[in-house]
Amino acid sequence: MRAPLSDQHMDEIIGGLLRYGVMLSAGVVAAGGIWYLIQYGTTAPSYHVFRGEPEYLRHLRGIVSGIPGFHCRRTIQLGLVLLIATPVARVAFSVVAFLMQRDRTYVAITLIVLAVLLFSLGGRMGG
Amino acid sequence: MNILELTALVGLVSVAAGFLGALTGLGGGVIITPAMVLLLGIDLHYAMGAALVSVIATSSGAAAAYVREGLSNIRIGMFLEIATTVGAVCGAFAAAKISPSVLGVVFGMVLLHAAWVSTRGHPAPRPGEKDDPLAARLRLNGSFPTPEGLRIYKVSHVKTGFSLMFVAGAVSGLLGIGSGALKVVAMDRAMRIPFKVSTTTSNFMIGVTAAASAGVYLNRGYIDPGLTMPVMLGVLGGSLLGARILPGAPTMTLRRVFSVVVFVLAVEMIYNAVSGKL
Repeated sequence: MRAPLSDQHMDEIIGGLLRYGVMLSAGVVAAGGIWYLIQYGTTAPSYHVFRGEPEYLRHLRGIVSGIPGFHCRRTIQLGLVLLIATPVARVAFSVVAFLMQRDRTYVAITLIVLAVLLFSLGGRMGG
Repeated sequence: MNILELTALVGLVSVAAGFLGALTGLGGGVIITPAMVLLLGIDLHYAMGAALVSVIATSSGAAAAYVREGLSNIRIGMFLEIATTVGAVCGAFAAAKISPSVLGVVFGMVLLHAAWVSTRGHPAPRPGEKDDPLAARLRLNGSFPTPEGLRIYKVSHVKTGFSLMFVAGAVSGLLGIGSGALKVVAMDRAMRIPFKVSTTTSNFMIGVTAAASAGVYLNRGYIDPGLTMPVMLGVLGGSLLGARILPGAPTMTLRRVFSVVVFVLAVEMIYNAVSGKL
């Protein structure tokens, strides 16, 4: 039986997904970065002691809710979250691809990986 | 020093790290953290957060190219990612519980290992090696294109490789690095996967492994946008540049240079950690 989605075709889609994900996030980070430097470029940095980021930069909801308000640090963080989401999207796509190939073992394996990723990203595990 | 100057400096270091990392195939993530901590006095946690994010960028960028060439094995990658992602989450949790000086010593030792690995070649294929029936059941065996046509390979010691991958994932989450050197060791030496396939598959896996720790890092406030911005863009730019001139580069010389740099950073990192400066 011929698989509806060949391994090679799957590879091509994944390659495109990764490339555009990285390009998009780099664009958002660069835009936010220029803005950040214009606004804060001449102030003094404070990275010698770890204090942790403010609450709104630690969770997806806080970062995403900032889009209408526009805040340069939040925009960079949004770009970084897009970057983190790129491999997650790749895994999610692989679930669909293995489903189309009717490869049950790999649907299960991929779902486990996806669950671990979503657990890490979705959880409020800051302490 | 103001933010503009620091950003430029961090950006330059990151371009250099990404460039060397791409040329040697060992990834720049492993040198960016010690460089930021030792040269610029940045707190270890902020440096780890920034480096981890840059690892995702280079891995995804490079994987996009390799995947299309049909070199990486998606099934091997996905199966082993169970081990690396679970390991990464455990490591990322542990990172918050362990004191910076202990982290620094562990980091130094991982750097020493990477320096040692980068001077050694990859093992020659051993045809006498017994196949693992588990590899056939999981459809891990595969093939890759060579100038002489498709080359078929079989995978050995699946369980050992899987366990080693858990360790690689834990180290990645603990230190905010890709731990490409450890991943390649597991796939080259334990599972006997051909070098081209193991390096590209490892690269492919690094992004997913790092994303698993990145969630925990983000929630703990390790990822600072202002600092991560030049690191991510710099490492990405440097690695794209490195990949472009790679075909004509003197790889062996570069690997030696790289291993010396890594060795010096390792010693410095351990010294600073033991003397309580981290």
